[in-house]
Amino acid sequence: MSTPVTTAAASAGSLVDEAEHGRTDHLAGARHDRRGRVRVDPIYYWFLVPTLVLFTLAITVPAVLGIFYSFTNFIGFGDWEFVGFTNYVAAFSDPAILASYGFTFGFAIVTVLLVNVIAFLLAVGLTAKIKLKAGLRAVFVIPMVISGIVIAYVFNFLFSNSVPALGSGLGIPWLSESILANPDLAWLSIVIVTAWQSIPATLLIYIAGLLSIPGEVYEAADIDGAGAVRRLWSVTLPLVSGYVVINMILGFKNYLNVYDVIVGLTNGGPGTSTRSIAMTIFTGFTGGDYAYQMANATIFFIIAVAISVLQLRITRGKAAI
Amino acid sequence: MTQTAAKRTAAPVLPATARNGAPTPARRRGKVGQEKTSWTTMVILFLCAITVLLPLYVTISMSLKSTSQAVDGNAFSLPAPIDFSGFVQAWELTNFPVAFTISLLVTAGTVVGTVLLASLASYAIVRNWEHRFFRWSFFYLLAAMFLPFPVVALPQIQLTGLAGLANPAGVTILHIMFQLSFSILLFTAFLRSIPLELEESARIDGATTWQTFRQLIFPLLAPMSATVAIFAFLASWNDFMMPSLIIADSAQQTLPVVQSIFQTQFSNNYNVSFASYLMAMAPAIVVYLFTQRWVMEGVTQGAVKG
Repeated sequence: MSTPVTTAAASAGSLVDEAEHGRTDHLAGARHDRRGRVRVDPIYYWFLVPTLVLFTLAITVPAVLGIFYSFTNFIGFGDWEFVGFTNYVAAFSDPAILASYGFTFGFAIVTVLLVNVIAFLLAVGLTAKIKLKAGLRAVFVIPMVISGIVIAYVFNFLFSNSVPALGSGLGIPWLSESILANPDLAWLSIVIVTAWQSIPATLLIYIAGLLSIPGEVYEAADIDGAGAVRRLWSVTLPLVSGYVVINMILGFKNYLNVYDVIVGLTNGGPGTSTRSIAMTIFTGFTGGDYAYQMANATIFFIIAVAISVLQLRITRGKAAI
Repeated sequence: MTQTAAKRTAAPVLPATARNGAPTPARRRGKVGQEKTSWTTMVILFLCAITVLLPLYVTISMSLKSTSQAVDGNAFSLPAPIDFSGFVQAWELTNFPVAFTISLLVTAGTVVGTVLLASLASYAIVRNWEHRFFRWSFFYLLAAMFLPFPVVALPQIQLTGLAGLANPAGVTILHIMFQLSFSILLFTAFLRSIPLELEESARIDGATTWQTFRQLIFPLLAPMSATVAIFAFLASWNDFMMPSLIIADSAQQTLPVVQSIFQTQFSNNYNVSFASYLMAMAPAIVVYLFTQRWVMEGVTQGAVKG
């Protein structure tokens, strides 16, 4: 859904550490049962259980049901029977599905690199000695609050009208036609709009990282005669490496779900050149491939969990950011 | 050590705005007041700010053009004459009052539902941490952070249809459920930092658990509730993927989803479509302008909290 939602995942690892130590404070006046355990005020169950039930019905049941159907030949309605791993075997050799994974991962890698380089440099600029700092920062955060689909429509107009006009004015052939209609370049438009929209969140995290660096470090670097570039590369960057890791992983995970921006720009086209994993999964609803696309979704889920586990391992080690 | 280090970094986030006007402590190279403003940096930042503002400028100027001026496709010209007819038509074509009301109800429901359910659940979890049921519930609810919506989309479409929830109410419930993990993570972290003595005195005065929560804890949670609410607002107001898949009746669609009519039916009325885009973006931008501080703080807390 939105960029920030998953940002917390990064710290889940460190939170788990904290949680495991447990909290054993007992409220004054809390009553104990015969075996000496603290008795839970029943109202606490009223606080928690309705949410658990809703959550189970809305998330867990669909997830389990979906995985269950991925082993059947269910088409969305009517009868079905078990087919074992047939859907999975077919998915692994389906050019449409493989192409969507290729596109989505390639897109996510390029976007995550572009976003992090730009956001990091902007953060360095925005924490330097400049005027209008608050105002500039406020401007850079605006894209975060705009709906992805709506801004994609705006860029759609720019890519199909303004950019080609500029391209033919400058006499650049490949820019004179809409890149949205070019199967080799359409993905670039999705990278640009996604980057435009997700730089703010990344930027804010880098600003926090840069502000956490004590000034003495730079004084020491100055005394050692480090220039601006050297200082950035050898002092700043290593000190915010924890933030780099978090931003890269969170961004990558988000970009794997890319959907809204594609709908607004190319709708998967030209042909199927920009069809993402999410778009391919959703074809299961209209195309009668329900069970087959659930196998695809399950594979995607396993990949998402693998990335999250990797993230927890890394961020646990880097918890000291 | 790791925890304190992480917490320390959460604090300096805001300062840029908060500190504005106050004398800036010498953080960086050089001594107080000796460093000059870096004009090169400012010029580069201004150029970058233009790339942020340009699409917004195009949206505003296109929306104010007449149909005949908009059709020439020049995005950067100023509107001459200024013509509001695009807004009038967009209002009617998208059935704006209906779409806006539905978006507003879904978003308001998501915000209120997320803050209430997440804060109550977090309070129960933190105060009963030594009980296995509450501890496991916490990890269970948190697990949804590993679950991208596309993975469960198909069964959810199927089940909301069966349950009679293929409508904005169903989207509201799903929005709340997908916000829960992140919100509970923020609330529990905050609750652990509230000293227990506060509650003990309330208990001695005879307050029940509910009264303690209602009158003492919930007000204390206000700053975190604001952060949670802003995230819920942005996620819900701007979402396209979920309502477009879940809501069966196109007459009940949310504001971002109804914009698609300009791609299919009215694709050449640029002034109308841009007026419509502007009306869809404006509420979130206005909310942002009033809540900047919390938005910026919230994003950083989301990543750094722990």
